[in-house]
Amino acid sequence: MRPTTVLALATLWLCSVADAPAAVPVAVHASTDPLDSARWGDMAKTFFAGRTVVFDARVKVVAPAIAEDSLNVPVSVDASGLAGVEEVLVFADFNPILAVLRFRPVKAKPALGFRLKLQQSSPVRAAARTADGVWHVGGTWVTATGGGCTAPSTGSGSPEWQERLNQVSGRIFPRSDGSERLRMRVIHPMDTGLAQGIPVFHIEELTLSDESGAELMRIQTYEPVSENPLFTIDMPAAGTRVRARGRDNNGNRIDAWVTQ
Amino acid sequence: MSTRHVAFPALLACALALLPAPAPAAAEATRFDYRLAPQEIAPGVHVFTGLREDFSPANGGNIVNTGFIVGSTGVIVIDTGPSRRYGEQMLAAIRRVTPLPVVLTINTHHHPDHFLGNQAFPAATLAALPETQRGIQKDGEAFNENLYRMAGDWMEGTERVAPTQPLAAGRRTVGGRDIEIVALDGHTPADFVLIDHASGTVFAGDLLFHDRAATTPHADLAHWLAALERLATLPARQWVPGHGDVTRDAAAIAQTRDYLEWIAATMREGAESGLDMTEMLARPIPARFRGLAEVEREYRRSVVHLFPAAEQAVLEKAHAR
Repeated sequence: MRPTTVLALATLWLCSVADAPAAVPVAVHASTDPLDSARWGDMAKTFFAGRTVVFDARVKVVAPAIAEDSLNVPVSVDASGLAGVEEVLVFADFNPILAVLRFRPVKAKPALGFRLKLQQSSPVRAAARTADGVWHVGGTWVTATGGGCTAPSTGSGSPEWQERLNQVSGRIFPRSDGSERLRMRVIHPMDTGLAQGIPVFHIEELTLSDESGAELMRIQTYEPVSENPLFTIDMPAAGTRVRARGRDNNGNRIDAWVTQ
Repeated sequence: MSTRHVAFPALLACALALLPAPAPAAAEATRFDYRLAPQEIAPGVHVFTGLREDFSPANGGNIVNTGFIVGSTGVIVIDTGPSRRYGEQMLAAIRRVTPLPVVLTINTHHHPDHFLGNQAFPAATLAALPETQRGIQKDGEAFNENLYRMAGDWMEGTERVAPTQPLAAGRRTVGGRDIEIVALDGHTPADFVLIDHASGTVFAGDLLFHDRAATTPHADLAHWLAALERLATLPARQWVPGHGDVTRDAAAIAQTRDYLEWIAATMREGAESGLDMTEMLARPIPARFRGLAEVEREYRRSVVHLFPAAEQAVLEKAHAR
């Protein structure tokens, strides 16, 4: 499967560099998927019914080819090669819960680093919606031995997390180009509801804003985001403090300031 | 998709045409043969040197060094390899050297390539440090399943057998041989080291890697570096690393230390400069480590094992201010 996949991606790249149209518009059809996934047709129906979808190498998804830890697969998505990205959706074709997260970059770079749980080998894809309503899809295959979504969280088996639930630790890192990077971690078990006897329990919403209250980025997270989620967000210099507010599906609130 | 389906049978046909037809019976007999040949590195001290590779269906998991020491009354076995077949073939090779009974079978630590051959050896002789016994009890079956995935049919019939005999540090005579047990940790929560005083041979287990990148799934780097300091003080004339060739000088200690110090510093500096894990995975390996077998793969595995604690320390420190 891998050689075909690589070849298809390489072809797509060559096309987009050599030919005039940077994106290659294609009909939503399984045979056109550069990742050659048997699930692409279902993905298209589930997430993009009635919308225009293109495979676009400018939506970059970076993840290890082989997951060392199925519970914590590091992924970075970056759609900053496209202008006017309004929303980015991340999903994994072969996960029992398909959608991983969704974010609106608002003032931040349309890019996000995070970790996810993989139940088995799967494409991990990011779809970026531009102002014209078109969804641009990029992705990569991750090989995983699996079990990531049906395993209980560490937190669910330990009493300590309850005292630290929704605690935020984080830091703003100045970047050499004058921008800033925010890295933040929230204590949360992120239980999928698929491990026997452990109900679904996960962060649903996280909004970052600057000191004046202006929104920087809005993230919606779903069950497959890893336990104690950690996010990497790049943004223009936003001052010395960023406020992170949100809630989980049980209504528990997150509210913290992250500083330099 | 169509390219793959057309091309593959064509390739296979070409490959088959080039090969002489194998005799089926002979092929079956050699199919799962690890070809274990012990090397006598000192009088009575024998080592089976594994390949400097990762587990694969081609090598059947024969990537580890195991050994045995023949005393006047019995045999001490150090690690039993990755599978039942390996253990059986190892015991057969020992039998070609000596008829003396196996009196002590040690698992140096709880990683699968060091204990999954236990089935082949007398159950009452199986021994390990207490924390290693616990590790094999807790994780042994999961490791076994994972090796089935990685090494395939070589693993057939392999079951986890946990050692029942706890080992403690100290010097004693076993099988008529003057040995000393040193209990360390760092590669895993318990790492067993054996000194054979007559020959000055130190079996260092996986605290020592030689020309092969160290693995870190259960590592505590600070403890591991302390353990290497201790190893350097032992009365040794030769070292048997867990992976890589036997060596007569301490260069393997310096090499393992250098690599682990670089890993620790890379994790710390990456976390302090705010790198994401995917950026850590993309970092190049310095030239001086590129000669270590499996370094590209092991560095990336180590990022997944060790970077979370490093970044957590940085983020929590910032938050506490």
